[in-house]
Amino acid sequence: MTTGSTEKVNGAKALIKCLEKEGVDTLFGYPGGQIIPFYNELYDSDLRHILVRHEQAAAHAADGYARATGKTGVCVSTSGPGATNLVTGIATAYMDSVPIVALTGQVPRSLIGNDAFQEADITGITQPITKHNYLVQDPQEIPRIVKEAFHIASTGRPGPVLIDLPKDVQNIEIDLQYPDKVELRGYKPTYKGNTQQIKRAAEEIANSCRPIIYAGGGVISSNASAELIELAETIMAPVTTTLMGISSIPTEHPLYVGMLGMHGCKYANYAIQESDLIIAVGARFDDRVTGKLESFAPNARIIHIDVDPAEISKNVKVHVPIVGDAKQVLKSLIKYIQRCNSAEWIEKINQWKKEYPLGYSQVSTDVIMPQFVIEQISEACKDAIIVTEVGQHQMWAAQFFKYSTPRTFLTSGGLGTMGYGFPAAMGAKVGRPDKTVINISGDGSFQMNSQELATVVQNDIPVVTVILNNGYLGMVRQWQELFYDKRYSYTFIKGSVDFVKLAEAYGALGLRAEKPSEVRPAIEEAIRSGRPAVVDVIVECEANVYPMVPAGAAINEIIDMEEH
Amino acid sequence: MKHTLAVLVENKSGVLSRVASLFSRRGYNIDSLAVGVTEDPDISRITIVVQGDDHVVEQVTKQLNKLIDVIKVTDIGGDDAVERELVLIKVAADVNTRAEIIQIANIFRARIVDVAPKSMTVEVTGDEGKIQAIEKLLRQFGIKELVRTGKIALVRGSKKV
Repeated sequence: MTTGSTEKVNGAKALIKCLEKEGVDTLFGYPGGQIIPFYNELYDSDLRHILVRHEQAAAHAADGYARATGKTGVCVSTSGPGATNLVTGIATAYMDSVPIVALTGQVPRSLIGNDAFQEADITGITQPITKHNYLVQDPQEIPRIVKEAFHIASTGRPGPVLIDLPKDVQNIEIDLQYPDKVELRGYKPTYKGNTQQIKRAAEEIANSCRPIIYAGGGVISSNASAELIELAETIMAPVTTTLMGISSIPTEHPLYVGMLGMHGCKYANYAIQESDLIIAVGARFDDRVTGKLESFAPNARIIHIDVDPAEISKNVKVHVPIVGDAKQVLKSLIKYIQRCNSAEWIEKINQWKKEYPLGYSQVSTDVIMPQFVIEQISEACKDAIIVTEVGQHQMWAAQFFKYSTPRTFLTSGGLGTMGYGFPAAMGAKVGRPDKTVINISGDGSFQMNSQELATVVQNDIPVVTVILNNGYLGMVRQWQELFYDKRYSYTFIKGSVDFVKLAEAYGALGLRAEKPSEVRPAIEEAIRSGRPAVVDVIVECEANVYPMVPAGAAINEIIDMEEH
Repeated sequence: MKHTLAVLVENKSGVLSRVASLFSRRGYNIDSLAVGVTEDPDISRITIVVQGDDHVVEQVTKQLNKLIDVIKVTDIGGDDAVERELVLIKVAADVNTRAEIIQIANIFRARIVDVAPKSMTVEVTGDEGKIQAIEKLLRQFGIKELVRTGKIALVRGSKKV
């Protein structure tokens, strides 16, 4: 199924033309021996290529680009070590259902299987962490494979797709004809929900007095925020989100009860536990959300809307499953629903909100509390895209920033990848140059990909990184404090590096805040500078993330700050 | 409980490895597996016997369906299907036991496919019960070697999977 004329080009050039046909404008990558033919053709092309300093950053940047824009991100590497360096980034995208296409060089076909120099079986390695992958055996297949790869990555439940390109395949001349549609008999995602099931869901809603909507990353990836809010307001149900669902509803919305789960708001966890109906949308009942499964929401009926049928009834038994795209299903569901008899319930929740607000205690007036830094960022730049690394700072960013629009909170939720934030922020900024992009980081995580300072400086990508510097691998230290008798085994990292000088060494702006009064001016100066910047904020070194549900406990068995 | 899944897949390299690795990754146990091309040369059929309750089999089916190269998954266990395995059994045999082994083979409509001074090889086709029965009877003579295919199965009647 092709249109247009045929032209004769080599495999590498064909690949570039196919990428252009898919609307790709930017690639994140790093060259090497087995991908040189592709880079040789790239030299003459209009595609923007961001040269990273480590392939892992290319994958994360493609992921950040995809999450911020909704388009498919693309990363490129050579064979062997280049390809294996992409693996963490691909796994991160897989766990969070992010559409990226990874292109890897491979040794020539005649050498595959010979343990050739820089050979790795990357399709084998990435099989469990990609939605699909390809080893191109016949150069004539390049157009079809590229078309399929972008289709698979971006439709249904999105995810990463890898294309492995032997060097000789890139060099051989082919007849290029780009197909205008894909034919995959084994892949037909369901978008429209079953009408009977939707009507059953509406009945459940009509019979509920204590409904709660539990929204996950699927709401963001299907752009269903407006429908989510309409559903909540129509039936008058509170909304809680997963970490991945943050920014799908404004933090300040009166029906929002915040994030639930291990570090969720107390009132969100109480609300889900006492609900009589859970309307799960694009969420997967992850262990960080449900806590101990046997005691999760004991009295609730469950409606589960998800595009991936395999998520339904995987962890909890669902009463009304609806397979389909969140946006489409919510649109049809809204036609059948009306206001629930939930006034008393809403009142109870509002009472809980007053009784158990998120908060923190100020250790002393001259110490910077990490939560305070997030509040300051939130006030200084309301509509920023917030990207995070992984650890305590990530949870504080989830708890204390006030989000207002979707796709403004990018975080590695499923895999929990330290080192994700900085390169993902870079990708987000490339995709959304109109937005302020702030990477909220810890002093541990930032050092996992700080080499990308060179990339942002060379390519003039003005992302701001705010480091909550507590001299510890804070989240592990917190667990050691609470569950391992304060035995801080190898979590002390104070004095690793002077982050201000590190930033300056790369040609970025470096700033430091050591007193509460210095925080806001430093953040504002970094944003105003229009340059890549690092703000090193020296924070209270033993602050903890609360509330906290210990792993394996029921989610209403919450440790709060007063108890420690 | 055992379930027999008929999995239609694209006849491409790497598909079997995708299917097999899915089982190991998700912690499902494969009892047996048989694969071969179907009446359509572009489609292979993998017959998998899997242990598990309904919840496990539902998850296996859903996860298999997520693989792009998997076209269709059908649970065809039960009485509505013809199920067969092929087993070759090399059994110790001499002049004293040869006749009895042949007799047993005949009862099971098995075939003797090789005879040597100290052994005979029996080829038997059938469902699990029949194979178990002949294996048990031949054991008394000493089974030197045994090899079996995975189970294959077809739904009875004109219906296709």
